[in-house]
Amino acid sequence: MHAGIIFLLVIVGSILFHIFTPWYWTDIASNWGGMDSTITLTFWVGGGVFVAVCLFMVYCIFRYSHKEDRRAEYKPEDKKLEKILTWATTLGVCALLAPGLIIWNQYVNVPKNAIEVDVMAWQWGWQYRLPGADGKLGTTQVRNIADNNPFGINPDDPFGKDDIMIESDVINLENNRPVKILLRSVDVLHNWYVPQFRSKMDAVPGTVTFYWFEPNKVGEYEVLCAEYCGVGHYAMRGGVEVQDKADYEVWLSEQETFQQLSARYEKLNVDGNKLVKK
Amino acid sequence: MSDEYDNNKSYQAQSSEVLDGSAGSINPDMDYVRPAEIPEQDLYHAHSFIEKWIFCQDAKVIGVQYFLTAVFTGIVGLILSWLMRLQLGFPELAGFMTAEHYYQFVTMHGMIMVVYFLTALFLGGFGNYLIPLMVGARDMVFPYVNMLSFWMFFVAVAVLMASFFVPGGPTGAGWTLYPPQTILEGTPGSGTGILLMLISLSLFVIGFTMGGLNYMITILQARTRGMTLMRMPLTVWGIFTATVLAMLAFPALLVSAIMMTLDKVLQTSFFMPTILKAGEVLEYGGGSPILFQHLFWFFGHPEVYIVALPAFGIVSDLISVHARKNIFGYRMMVWAIVGIGGLSFFVWAHHMYVSGMNPWFGFFFATTTLIIAVPTAMKVYNWILTLWRGNIRINTVMLWCLGFIVTFVNGGITGIFLGNVSVDVPLSDTYFVVAHFHMVMGIAPLMVIMGAVYHWFPLVAGKMLSETLGKWHFWITFLGAYSIYFPMHYLGFIGVPRRYFEMYDSPYMTSTVGMNEFISVAAFIVGAAQFILVFNIIKTLKTGKKAEQNPWKANSLEWYTSTVPPEHGNFGERLPVVHRWPYDFSVPGAKDDFIPQTTAPSEVANTEVEKT
Repeated sequence: MHAGIIFLLVIVGSILFHIFTPWYWTDIASNWGGMDSTITLTFWVGGGVFVAVCLFMVYCIFRYSHKEDRRAEYKPEDKKLEKILTWATTLGVCALLAPGLIIWNQYVNVPKNAIEVDVMAWQWGWQYRLPGADGKLGTTQVRNIADNNPFGINPDDPFGKDDIMIESDVINLENNRPVKILLRSVDVLHNWYVPQFRSKMDAVPGTVTFYWFEPNKVGEYEVLCAEYCGVGHYAMRGGVEVQDKADYEVWLSEQETFQQLSARYEKLNVDGNKLVKK
Repeated sequence: MSDEYDNNKSYQAQSSEVLDGSAGSINPDMDYVRPAEIPEQDLYHAHSFIEKWIFCQDAKVIGVQYFLTAVFTGIVGLILSWLMRLQLGFPELAGFMTAEHYYQFVTMHGMIMVVYFLTALFLGGFGNYLIPLMVGARDMVFPYVNMLSFWMFFVAVAVLMASFFVPGGPTGAGWTLYPPQTILEGTPGSGTGILLMLISLSLFVIGFTMGGLNYMITILQARTRGMTLMRMPLTVWGIFTATVLAMLAFPALLVSAIMMTLDKVLQTSFFMPTILKAGEVLEYGGGSPILFQHLFWFFGHPEVYIVALPAFGIVSDLISVHARKNIFGYRMMVWAIVGIGGLSFFVWAHHMYVSGMNPWFGFFFATTTLIIAVPTAMKVYNWILTLWRGNIRINTVMLWCLGFIVTFVNGGITGIFLGNVSVDVPLSDTYFVVAHFHMVMGIAPLMVIMGAVYHWFPLVAGKMLSETLGKWHFWITFLGAYSIYFPMHYLGFIGVPRRYFEMYDSPYMTSTVGMNEFISVAAFIVGAAQFILVFNIIKTLKTGKKAEQNPWKANSLEWYTSTVPPEHGNFGERLPVVHRWPYDFSVPGAKDDFIPQTTAPSEVANTEVEKT
């Protein structure tokens, strides 16, 4: 009997914890509300099954605990019951899978008007690159990376010249404009993750991965690395600042392009040479 | 010599049951099963202490050896988890611990618990002890190879433990060992530590293959007369299917371990692309880190079921015996085990939804993953329907089974969250995942292991474990473990990432400080509670009540040996003959509420048996 009561309390406690928990998801700041709703739906269906199964178990403990003079029922199979349960479960599973797949379909199809952001990760930090006036990012190669070319842009690629370099771990984004995050890593796996945007994807060295979202709340957010990347993993932070269009354009105009950066380094080199000659 | 079956001849060779005269018509209870065509072979009996207890060929001793070695690794894993929880809950007390240490403990805890503890315990421990007894064989079919299997495992454990003492310490790459970081500086133990890990895993796979072939062939070829496949206890079905999975899945692990060793030692580039490290381009190029993940999870997902299926099987038997009721829907249970086993090879990439693989894979793997929920749910329904209208003994064994149902259903449901591709996106790599897999493949199988220990201890040692201590052990473990992992899901909802040495100081994460302290305290208590079992075992061995034969009134063959505990050869002069499934409990018309598998229909003529 005690057993039944304790199990019952565990079930009731779980439900109460779920209702009153102060720990729940952060306020969403992107278009992926569908993910939250699918989680809620799964909570109702899955949580319902969990509670039903456990309550049935508790009922059995109370109703059928051992008595010397009683015998259990002898019934090896019940085809009809098994069939009903199979189909009911299948139906429930389909109801959960369908919204999951629909949202995944949105997740892998990036809107045409999305602005591309090159996120480059290394042990342990982030930097960002935006396309310039031509709207296209230049191609890159790890071997090209140097002080005067922090992103490894191919020098011969005309699209790369006007790319905007942000040598900082904070990037600004325009509110209500879809962003396609292009992820690169120069060493190991990383993952550019902002809990409020709900979305994430690994950065894999040797290839470029992507995902997209549309920020819809102005504010500052923290970026976490969500794929274990060595001993500095927990400290690999970054930031995002979502701004209105006007503020964003001001910020954008203050950033350096690849061409400007190259020029700056050339000048530095020339000055440096002069110094040596003196 | 013709292949024609000669009733008379082989019958005499195998058994001395009364022959009723004319050729071709024999014992009416058994006339549909041929007796063995060749007589039994002698077993190799031990001649010395070393042959009896160390290099032993008796599957039961090997089972106990596996069990004790696995438990030793489990205790190491437990201590590592305490250290991790100390850092997460009370970092001010864990000043001695650096981030390197933390990641090494995380890695070793994960690898030890999954491979060296759970897998070895279920298949090496319970498999060796129970398979020959339950199918009515005198031993495994290849006893010598079986012995080698254990010693190979022992060496694998020794190599693994040695990595704690090499320069740089054990690997801290996470138990998934994802390259490139695994073998690069920046990850702790990327020198000798990772090499020893890879060598140890390879040895484990080799040793395990020897054991696995034994389990499979013994089950297929050495069942006693009348023990058809559909009369086998579900424990044997679970272990059998898990072994088949292991034979198909472990080669992928072996291959990836070898390739990674080559990447490390010979600078090949199976998994290594061009890498820039500290301003220098390394001598790698062209490899694919994602290839490793595919290989790893092609092993890693079946591995989940290699642990889960024996647990499913064992818990079915325990529930049936202690509810005094046949397992509900036996055939469904068997097909569910086989179906889950088969499907488990088509779902591996659900661990990789956000790995950067082609995102279109997501549709396929989400679908297969959710399909697997159907046979799994059927098993859960059948367990609770077995309780329904049963006559349930609420003893320690049953409590562990009930605890299993709660934790398994909980962990199964959260699996539906994570399997459903787009729901996985916000939750992957957070504490939700940690909570999910600990609940479903940590705590749930552990509940079954504990139930099985209390259930079979009288058989192995001939004495009954204390019920009082057992109940304390259960309630502390169950309530403690549930309060560790249930709230942990909610940390994942917040977005707290896993594998963080220190929690973040973001406003939404500082709210978790109290929670982390609570979880840590619960973890210390649950870990300590496991020593109640150790105490219980020692006390019972010294002063415990002697167990009668078949104390639980079970039907399966392991309880019908000639002596308790069973001796080498298990069944005395003659092997048992099986007439029915092991679940004839509470059959109407029978005198007792159980009919052993060895009881012939003619002995219980008035019963209304539906399935035999």
